[in-house]
Amino acid sequence: MTTTTTAPGPGIAKVDTTPIDNSGRDTKAGWLFSAPFLVLYTLFLIGPVIVGLVISFFNTATVKNDLGEFVALENYTDVLGNLDFWKSMWHSTLFTILTVPFLVVLPLLAAIFASRISRHQWFYRIAFFAPYVVPSASVCLIFGFIYAPESGLFVKALGLVGLPAPDFLGSTDGAWLSLTILTVWWTFGFNFVLYTAALQEIPEETYEAAAIDGASPWQQLRSITVPLLRPTLSLVLMLQILASLKVFDQIFILLQGGPNLSTRPVIQYIYDTGFTTYRGGYAAAATMVYFAILVIISAVWMLATRRRGADA
Amino acid sequence: MVTSLTGGQPATADVIFWHLFGGGDGENMATMVDTVQKATGHSVESTLLSWGNPYYTKLSLAASSNRPPDVALTHLSRLPTLAQAGLLTPWSETGLGQLGVTQDKFTPAAWEKATIDGETWALPLDTHPFVLYYNEALAKQAGLLNDAGDNLVDISGRERFVEALTELKKASGKYGVTMPTITDPSTVWRWFYTVYSGLAGPIVSDSGTEVTVDNDAMNEAFAFIQSLTQELGLMGASITPDLAKQQFSNGDAGFLLDGVWNIALYRDVKDLKFNMVPIPALLGDKPVAYADSHALIIPRSSARSTEREGYAEQFIQGILGQSAVWAGGGHVPAWLPVQESAAFKALSPQKNYVDAAFNAVYDPAGWYTGAGSDFQNQMGGVISTVITGATKPQSGTSQIKRALRQFASTNAPVS
Repeated sequence: MTTTTTAPGPGIAKVDTTPIDNSGRDTKAGWLFSAPFLVLYTLFLIGPVIVGLVISFFNTATVKNDLGEFVALENYTDVLGNLDFWKSMWHSTLFTILTVPFLVVLPLLAAIFASRISRHQWFYRIAFFAPYVVPSASVCLIFGFIYAPESGLFVKALGLVGLPAPDFLGSTDGAWLSLTILTVWWTFGFNFVLYTAALQEIPEETYEAAAIDGASPWQQLRSITVPLLRPTLSLVLMLQILASLKVFDQIFILLQGGPNLSTRPVIQYIYDTGFTTYRGGYAAAATMVYFAILVIISAVWMLATRRRGADA
Repeated sequence: MVTSLTGGQPATADVIFWHLFGGGDGENMATMVDTVQKATGHSVESTLLSWGNPYYTKLSLAASSNRPPDVALTHLSRLPTLAQAGLLTPWSETGLGQLGVTQDKFTPAAWEKATIDGETWALPLDTHPFVLYYNEALAKQAGLLNDAGDNLVDISGRERFVEALTELKKASGKYGVTMPTITDPSTVWRWFYTVYSGLAGPIVSDSGTEVTVDNDAMNEAFAFIQSLTQELGLMGASITPDLAKQQFSNGDAGFLLDGVWNIALYRDVKDLKFNMVPIPALLGDKPVAYADSHALIIPRSSARSTEREGYAEQFIQGILGQSAVWAGGGHVPAWLPVQESAAFKALSPQKNYVDAAFNAVYDPAGWYTGAGSDFQNQMGGVISTVITGATKPQSGTSQIKRALRQFASTNAPVS
């Protein structure tokens, strides 16, 4: 976020940084305006985090009303020593590694492509964005048919050109391939919109000037589009990493974390232990560990991008 | 307004009922609820929630926050945790005994399963075993029908079973038998536990705290189910539930391994003539039927009036009395007045597999086991990879044992 204001560029007005009058009345109005947000934020974000933190020190059963027995750090040592937890952490990470490159690069190419088209641009924009609005359950149902062994569309299509189809749902490799294809197709649209918005921010005159100087389309892309998109790129990358790390729906609905839990992401691990086997306290501890890891990733990222912003 | 803010369920009807039946079962349940409404004069609102995890999560959270439905459905395999968490009203505290809902009117095995530490917590509606469906035309072609043509010849024992499948494979031109082998851990688990239980006792004991796997038996069971898909090619290795339905419906496989509850699904298939029988003894001497039971419970609620409690009891009594309709969905009714009636005894193919209700083997008892549990998901996951050939039988056994040890050593959330 900080990078957007530090990014130098022609035609961008300097932000007015004169300090505002900070008298008591303004502060009060400020608090008043923020109140609805703060109340909701406290109620639905900070509150549950505190409750979760408290529960994580108890052997709380999800089906009971009381906290249960105090176990201090036992839940945490159990989580950290549990192979299944770390496996699921790895699955979430692997999913991130598999999907992020595609979801950062492909929407960019599509956005550039769509912005270069002069006629019926709206059609391409809608076409690229449309899958994003389909609910996860429907997406998984549709892809379930497409991936089905023997009768599925993919299997048949590959058969027509004489290729053996991977076992899309029944083997670990096949399952990861299925998830990657499904996820890229489905969530591609969000990043596409971010890129499209950023592309529209680049003034047309810049390109015109470059064209007059004799820059080829490729040079324009390299020297104008990509550098000016850098803040957006970095935002998309960060948002995508966090989004991919939080994966749950498609893996749960399409594969239930299978085959043999080899794709079960950490959120499903938490769901399974907390709700299906009623171990609320333990699941809360697992959530806290996962939450801490996400916060660390975000913090490292912010420090890294701030430094790069300062260097530029 | 007040109830929506506090999260309580508004009393939109005299009885709020939660269940998990879709498809044919759902239709039957709707018919039963309708009849009971008319008979008792009390309105009923029945809510269908999706099977497995989501259902039990919602039910237990609603009950633990003192806002449960008046009557709910449970699998008996999931009963212990709900009862031990104090979420249920025991039968003895209800007026159901006075309404004639008494122990002597239920299948003994089901009633026993509904009783924990001497207290009965649920009223069993049925026993629904895992059975063998067969395509009549293919079975006839393969020479597997008896003289009367209304049942299979004896195919007990590993050799005869494999022979039968081989003949069926010839007849169908594709496979001998089908069942969902991937993306359906619960069904895979039912199949495996049926085979394993023919050789050895429960895989855990002492309420799930002790792992009692018989290594040799488990290796043998794994080797057997793997041989059907791998060496012998009598069954497809990667089969989704949809594909299994397709293969059995269009005659690509002569047998189907599935629960009795899918009877309605196959009855709707045009030109398919099928019958259902208990799964024969495979590796051991005696046939085993993996089974579970649906049962009705009254979740505990301090907010429920005595009047509503009374409606709930009448509703349960009414539903049990409608067991004949329920039996139409393939289930063996637990309510003896219906199970022993001439009408039920004449019902085909149900009459073929009533015995299965008496050879029933339920999920091993433990706080983590039961329908749609994480346990079934984990067991089914391992078994599925043995079936697809990705895991060797011995490795399957050690993976099962590792998962069981993990469960067994975990502190139970309720006890």
